Formats: sequence, structure tokens, C-alpha cells
Amino acid sequence: MYQILRKKELNPTVTQMEIVAPLVARKAKPGQFIILRVNEEGERIPLTVAGTNPAEGTVKIIFQIVGGTTALLNAKKEGEYIQDFVGPLGVATHTDGIKKVCIVGGGVGCAIAMPVAQEFHRLGAEVTSIIGFRSKDLLILEDEFRACSDRLVVMTDDGSYARHGNVTVPLKEMLEAGETFDMIITIGPLIMMKFVTLAAKPFGVPVTVSMNPIMIDGTGMCGGCRLTLIQDGKRVTKFACVDGPDFNGYEVDFDEAMSRGRMYFDFERHAYEETCNLLKGGN
Amino acid sequence: MAINPKKHEMPSQEPLVRAHNFNEVALGYTAEIAVEEAQRCLNCKNRPCVQGCPVNIAIPDFISKMKTGDFEGAYQIISQSSALPAVCGRVCPQESQCESKCTLGIKFEPVGIGRLERFAADWHNEHSTEAPKMPEPNGHKVAIVGAGPSGLTCAGDLARKGYKVSIFEALHTAGGVLVYGIPEFRLPKAIVAKEVEGLKALGVDVETNVVIGKTLTIDELFEDGYEAVFVGSGAGLPNFMNIPGESYKGVYSANEFLTRSNLMKAYKDDPVTPIMKGGKVAVVGGGNVAMDAARTALRLGAEHVYIVYRRSMEELPARKEEVEHAIEEGIDFRLLQNPVEVLGYNNPENPRDPKNGFVTGLRCIKMELGEPDAKGRRRPVPIPGSEFVLDVDTVVIAIGTSPNPLIKSTTKGLEVNSHGGIIVNEEGLTSRQGVYAGGDAVTGAATVISAMGAGKVAAKGIDEYLMGK
Repeated sequence: MYQILRKKELNPTVTQMEIVAPLVARKAKPGQFIILRVNEEGERIPLTVAGTNPAEGTVKIIFQIVGGTTALLNAKKEGEYIQDFVGPLGVATHTDGIKKVCIVGGGVGCAIAMPVAQEFHRLGAEVTSIIGFRSKDLLILEDEFRACSDRLVVMTDDGSYARHGNVTVPLKEMLEAGETFDMIITIGPLIMMKFVTLAAKPFGVPVTVSMNPIMIDGTGMCGGCRLTLIQDGKRVTKFACVDGPDFNGYEVDFDEAMSRGRMYFDFERHAYEETCNLLKGGN
Repeated sequence: MAINPKKHEMPSQEPLVRAHNFNEVALGYTAEIAVEEAQRCLNCKNRPCVQGCPVNIAIPDFISKMKTGDFEGAYQIISQSSALPAVCGRVCPQESQCESKCTLGIKFEPVGIGRLERFAADWHNEHSTEAPKMPEPNGHKVAIVGAGPSGLTCAGDLARKGYKVSIFEALHTAGGVLVYGIPEFRLPKAIVAKEVEGLKALGVDVETNVVIGKTLTIDELFEDGYEAVFVGSGAGLPNFMNIPGESYKGVYSANEFLTRSNLMKAYKDDPVTPIMKGGKVAVVGGGNVAMDAARTALRLGAEHVYIVYRRSMEELPARKEEVEHAIEEGIDFRLLQNPVEVLGYNNPENPRDPKNGFVTGLRCIKMELGEPDAKGRRRPVPIPGSEFVLDVDTVVIAIGTSPNPLIKSTTKGLEVNSHGGIIVNEEGLTSRQGVYAGGDAVTGAATVISAMGAGKVAAKGIDEYLMGK
């Protein structure tokens, strides 16, 4: 059992928790993920590590309440326990040789982008961060990004805060103005990562995307998290849990990944409603 | 008394009843049948059955006990050699091991050794209240990677010798393939849990949620005071066919399909982990895993389940008993057929159509058997122009696995072969001092009992290594 040491609501749909898991805290690096189960009968869900405190033995996770399991997790209080917490899984984000980086985060993806930005900042790289949200209510981690970025651009889709528009707008402006980066790292909805990749393509800047497909074991056993890379015109199957979650954006078949991500859409929506009703009934 | 030429039939659930539930298919002998079956054993001098057993159970000795109704005595003899008797009695391919060597089998049907083993183990689990004797500690610590058949066996053998054994398991439950792969109707999970409890009673620690290679490395295990490590990390990533359409929704690897149903309990009525149920299902492959997947699909409510296999019934690698069970339950075997493409739904008018990207069919080609290959197996060759489409909603691919890369990539000096399997010598020792390995991590996908045999060999190797230190 793993204790929830601290819990904080970042916005009405996004929650941050610090979980006591000393072995994971000691090892986890930015870009890696964990898998958890809330209770004995629960499903396994992957969440990317949003930070660690090795001295305290805690791992920070940030999640959006989207389905039955995240609703159940969000119902847990500070001091309570979750059943299983395993990691760190996946390959850490590559930082070698990157002196100037642009981090592009969208929505709850910013929670994963933040430790990556912090890591580059710690390594002395020049960090530009572009973070986007649907509206002001959903904004998270602005202060944290400001602290680790040489330059920060905040965008909202509806213009309710900061600049109006999506994250590709300032990225394109920078690239068109002749700015270069050693790497663009983008983390967020698949559709956003696809368009960030397309925006960068004419300028030849390398793009790393962080994939978050449906997973079960997360250790390279079930193959559910497979995705297709197009390498030299050939379609190659990769597994996000052991080969990723970071991939070269130019190689990823985003449309396929988006389709696969919706496999259990109806099931998830039903589970979410059921869980919410159950939780309401309990109060 | 004349010897009954046939072994006593295993009482089983009726095929058409069991095809709709997840309860165990085989119900087990009664005490009367067990004694009668035991009496068929000739207790011959040269004991060929013992050589046929990968863990060398003293088979005639335990059967002699059963002849007199001393089932606990029989269990005690089995448990000297096997850490998992109730499991082996159910899933071992006895027909190609102990029973294939049985002297009685020359003239008649062999003794039902597996069924007797199962009876003794179940009898013990039901009746015995005695706690096992804790072995005298010998002061040495050994780490086991993976709580599957090889790891549990290795742990059991070492614990009985007094070693302090810790098993590190990546998943949330111990058992490995016994819990994620083999379905409830063939091996109830309560039996696996009971066998694991038995090991814990011997002083074995089981740490779940630890991925060796990630959470801890093998080098760190040595730093933590473990003097030897056994790697039984099991099968790895599933193989796919590399044909178009394998990413459509509704295409599963057998590992994923079975893990969702078994480990994550998606077979229950209101599951928290989803799985596609109902419709028409094609399972590609002819091994035991393919049989398990097909029979699971049927029980999940499929209208029709096909097994698509590129060779003929004769080459089908699954156990005969499993194939017979599958046929009785109504699985449709499409032999000498091979998939060439998975078909999916695409509505060009509406890219947001929720049906887009779901499987609609499996295009296959008919095959014929050509010249024998290097192993003497006749190679299947496609018949030009014979393509056709099976109308299905779900495709499960059960064509094997490749070893997991996690340990190899984080352990310096651990040599692997061209298939990624860890290289070991006849004692189970790898290229690293003090590191032993066995099971699917070494051989690639194989049987539970061969993994157990490898765990046993390694336990002996580790004991000799640490005692000789």
C-alpha cells in the first residue's frame, strides 16, 4: 500500500498528489511514468511522473479526472492509501547535447512537461516554454514554468487569459523569425503534438513527442500500447512502455494513435458516470 | 485382477455448459476413482516415468501411497520435488512427459499420473491443517526475479534448504503466466494463490510492484546483500504478423487479451478493465495460448470463434487435450489458412464515425504443405488466388513472444542470444557470476513445467555455488 502524503487541486478537473514510494522516488527521471491501481479490484493506469523528492521518498503525480479510475483516485484523501504503485517505467527524456530547447505543453500534458523543463533548466540549457489551455479555469503550473524557463508564453484557446490562440501560433512565429532550437519537446493531446510536429517540419527542427497510449502491464508484456513509426517509408511497430514514451514526432503515425486511443471511449464514459454516481451516493 | 486398459476418465463440465462459464472445466477425480486409478500402476522397476518428469517426481512412490488411500503421504512425496503440485497436475503436458514413458502405456493407456497428482494436491489443500516446518536458516540471501513458475520453483527449493529468499514481481500479483495467462477455467487463481501462500509459509518474501531493471537493478540486488540472483522474468513482448491492419481497434495480442480477462478480471459482469466481448472472433495460432484465447473469447460471449492456423491438425502444437476441449466447445478450426490483412471500417464521408478504425474482417489465404524444412516440419505454402475474408470483429494474435529487453539492457555483462534469450550453462548460470536464469527468459515461450524444471536446475546450481564459496 502506498500513502497519499499530500493532495492539491490544481483546477476543478486536475489534481496533484504526492505518493510515498521511496524506491520509485530514488530512480524516476523526467519523462518516465508509473502504473497504479487505486484498490484491489482496480484497473492499472499509467501516469507520467511529475516530480520526485528522493529525500522524502515521494513521487508527484498530476492527473485529469477523465474516467472511472481517475474519479476514484481523486476521491482518496490525504493520508489514505492506494493499492499499487510501480515504476519508474519507460525511458527517460534524452537531454544529452541539447543546449537550447523549446517545451510545448498542452492542458494536463503540462504536468509532464514541467519536470522536463526543470531538468533542462537544471542542466543549464536555454529553455523556452509554450503552454496552452482551453481556458483560464484550466490553467495549471504557470508559476512553476516561469521559474524554470528563460522565456514563457501562455496561451488560451478562448482568449480568457494571456494570449489568445493555440500553442502552434507562437511556435511558428519564433521559427519564422529565424529562431532555432536543438529540440522541440511537446507533451499534450495527440492532435496538438501532431500540429506542433507539422509546424516545426518546414524548419527542420527535431521534435520529440511523449505518447500516452492505453496500457496494462507497462513492462513490455501485453503489447496494448503499440504504435506505428514510419521509418524510411516502412511501418515499424513500437511499444510505448519499453521503447518510449518519447518518440521522434516526424515518425509517429498520429492518426492511428488517435484512433486506437478511442477504443474504449464508450466504456470509459460509462465507467466515469457510474463512478461519479457511486461517489455521490456515498456522500 | 485384470488391469483396466483405459485410464479413468476425468469428470468434466458438459461442453455446452462450460462454454458459457469460467469455472474449471475438469472437476477432478473422487477418492474412489483416485485409488482405482492408482492401482493401475505396475510399480515397475526401472521407473521410466520419473525420467519423463522435468522435476523428477518420485511418481511410483506417490502412487503407491495413493493405492492405500494415504493421499497426504502422496502429497508429501510430490512436494519434495515440485513446488506447485496443484498447478502441475492441471497444466503439465503429461501425455508427452511422464505418461508417455509409462510401461503400462506400451500395451494400454498409461496411468493417469497428472490426474492423480492433481488429486493428491487438492486433497492436501482441502484437508491439511498442518503448517509446514520452517527450515533451519543457513544465513544466505538469494533474490528471485519474477514470481512465475520458474521463480516460484527456484524459491521453493532454496527456501527448503534454509536460504532467505525474496521474490521480486513486476505485476501486482504473484504467479506470472499462471495468473495473467492461463485462464481460470483451466487453472483457478485460488489454487495459484494457495501455492504462493505455501511458499510464504516457508519464509519466502514476495515483493510485488518491483520491476527489476527499472525499480532496482541486478547490481543493486548484490549491493543489498543478495549473494545470488535467479532471473525468471518470463516471456516478453508479443510478436505480431506484420501484415496491414494490425493496429485496428479489436486486434489484440494473446498476452493482452488474456491479461485483460485473467489478471484484470475483465471476464466479470461489470469489469473495471474493458475487453471486447461478443461478436465473431478469430484467434491466429495453434499453440496452447491460442486455445486459451479462443476458449476465453467463447466464454466472454462470442457468437463464433475461429482458430486460424497455417498448418494442419497434425502439426498443431497445442496439447491434444486442449484441442479436444476446444472442438467439443464449438471452436471452429480453420486449418491450412493464413492471415494476410486485417480489414477495418472506414467511412470516407464521416471521419468522426465512431465505427471508424474497428475491425470488420480478416483476409486469409489458403495454404498447402510443401517440402519439409530443416526441422522436418512441412512448410506451409500459400495457394495463389485462394484468398477469402472471414467476417470478424476481434482478432487475437497468438504467435509467440520475444524476450523482455528490460533486464538485458540494464545488466552489464549479461549475454543474450540472437533471439534475445539469456544464455545459460547446464547449471542455469549466466555469463555473470552469481546470476542464474531459466524459463521463458532463456528459452522463449515454452511450457510451465519446463520453466519449473529450469528453476529447479538453477536452485541446485545456486546452492552448490553458495555452499562452495
